[in-house]
Amino acid sequence: MKLLQAIGRVFLAFLGTTGRLTLFALTSVTHCFLPPYYPRIMIRQMIEIGYFSLPVVGLTAIFAGMVLALQSYTGFARFSAEGAIANVVVLSVTRELAPVLGGLMIAGRVGASMAAEIGTMRVTEQIDALTTLSTNAIKYLVVPRIIAGVIMLPFLIFVADVIGVFGGFLVSVYKLGFNPAIYLQNTWDFLEALDVISGLVKAAVFGFLVALMGCYHGYYSKGGAQGVGAATTNSVVSASILILCFNYILTEAFFGL
Amino acid sequence: MEPKIQLRGVTKAFGPKKVLTGVDLDVARGESVVIIGGSGTGKSVTLKCILGLLTPDSGSIRIDGREVTALSTAERDRVNRQVGMLFQGGALFDSLPVWENVAFGLLSRKQCGREEAREIAVGKLALVGLKPHIADAWPADLSIGMQKRVGLARAIATDPEIIFFDEPTTGLDPIMADMINELIVHVNREVGATALSISHDMESARKTGDRIAMLYQGRIVWTGHPDAIDGETDPVVDQFVHGRVDGPIKMQVRA
Repeated sequence: MKLLQAIGRVFLAFLGTTGRLTLFALTSVTHCFLPPYYPRIMIRQMIEIGYFSLPVVGLTAIFAGMVLALQSYTGFARFSAEGAIANVVVLSVTRELAPVLGGLMIAGRVGASMAAEIGTMRVTEQIDALTTLSTNAIKYLVVPRIIAGVIMLPFLIFVADVIGVFGGFLVSVYKLGFNPAIYLQNTWDFLEALDVISGLVKAAVFGFLVALMGCYHGYYSKGGAQGVGAATTNSVVSASILILCFNYILTEAFFGL
Repeated sequence: MEPKIQLRGVTKAFGPKKVLTGVDLDVARGESVVIIGGSGTGKSVTLKCILGLLTPDSGSIRIDGREVTALSTAERDRVNRQVGMLFQGGALFDSLPVWENVAFGLLSRKQCGREEAREIAVGKLALVGLKPHIADAWPADLSIGMQKRVGLARAIATDPEIIFFDEPTTGLDPIMADMINELIVHVNREVGATALSISHDMESARKTGDRIAMLYQGRIVWTGHPDAIDGETDPVVDQFVHGRVDGPIKMQVRA
């Protein structure tokens, strides 16, 4: 009986959280289209997400591209298909690796920071203070972050695409002895607009998810420093899981048979 | 004459825990009322219900005769335009310099441009005894006492008709606490606002209140002039005012 009660409690808690998150997401998206806007905060968030995340995303992309070229060579050499490495690198990086790995890195860097900042504001009554100052906390705190995430993630991932392909190029040319001109030609020949566009659409969706989860967990955090810590962890874990889920859904939508 | 703030039968529970069981309170226009009571008696909950940060389970809260318990967000924003609030910990926005904190209400309501808002903020900072150069400091660089003063400047920046004070002297040394009390009396007189404070500091209550209300077991059990409280024979009030362990008020103490 106690086991059933425990299962019921967990199920009800799950439903409650899902409902609250859905309402939070709907409210936030609605407010994205309603004034007033806070351009200063939006620009600050765009710089925070877009500019200050460049090193992390760039490093992730270059090493992902390098490893991919190396591993592809190991596998393809067995079938004398080394010529397909450029193809594999550019498709993998633009369609999957750059958006997914970039999204996960942003979830760790930016999502955690959003949850910690908004969570601290919650437990120190700063969000209550916003309300008493006739300022809608969703509009002031959540909307600028969501818009910045949706705009800046595609920009970041486009840069990551270039850097990732460059990483594959470096390994292929300087370690594996490929002809640079032929490698670049192969890369360009195999690349289609949809490969890049699908990655950028994924990036926009991941940007939304990261910002949403960071803001949601921060906004509903409670219990002082421990609560803020839990909100930070939960935001990274939930955003990461959602990124992987939505990556499959979007891949199916773009390339599913 | 219609009270500026009127509470009737306000109740609020969190799960099985009943915090407010029927609060009745009137605050006249221009009056300063201090709600006293032990920790966990619902003082902050009462304040948050009036401010719209919490919704009471039942009862009526009126400001200027208007029911405010079931307002839409936009209507609540309009009501809050006539309100200033000093939070217990200051609740200053870390990401903004002091002057933007003080002028936040003016800027968000677009009552003036940034230049004018800054001038007003510096003026309000002077009113609470802070020098102009503090305007460009960051909240994290200020002492707790200074943060409270900045919070006070923010509370009065829009010349509100009602000011709420949440434990204004908690965590301050006696001299700083007295200074904050003086400032509260001074700004109330200066702004001419109606004030509602919550405190468990009797010195502060005596100094800043025209009237004191005692909250116990979720309801107001006594109200009166600060001078009358020391001679009060009600055992609850007597125990609280004199800070005695023995009496009807039982503190939860873990062994």
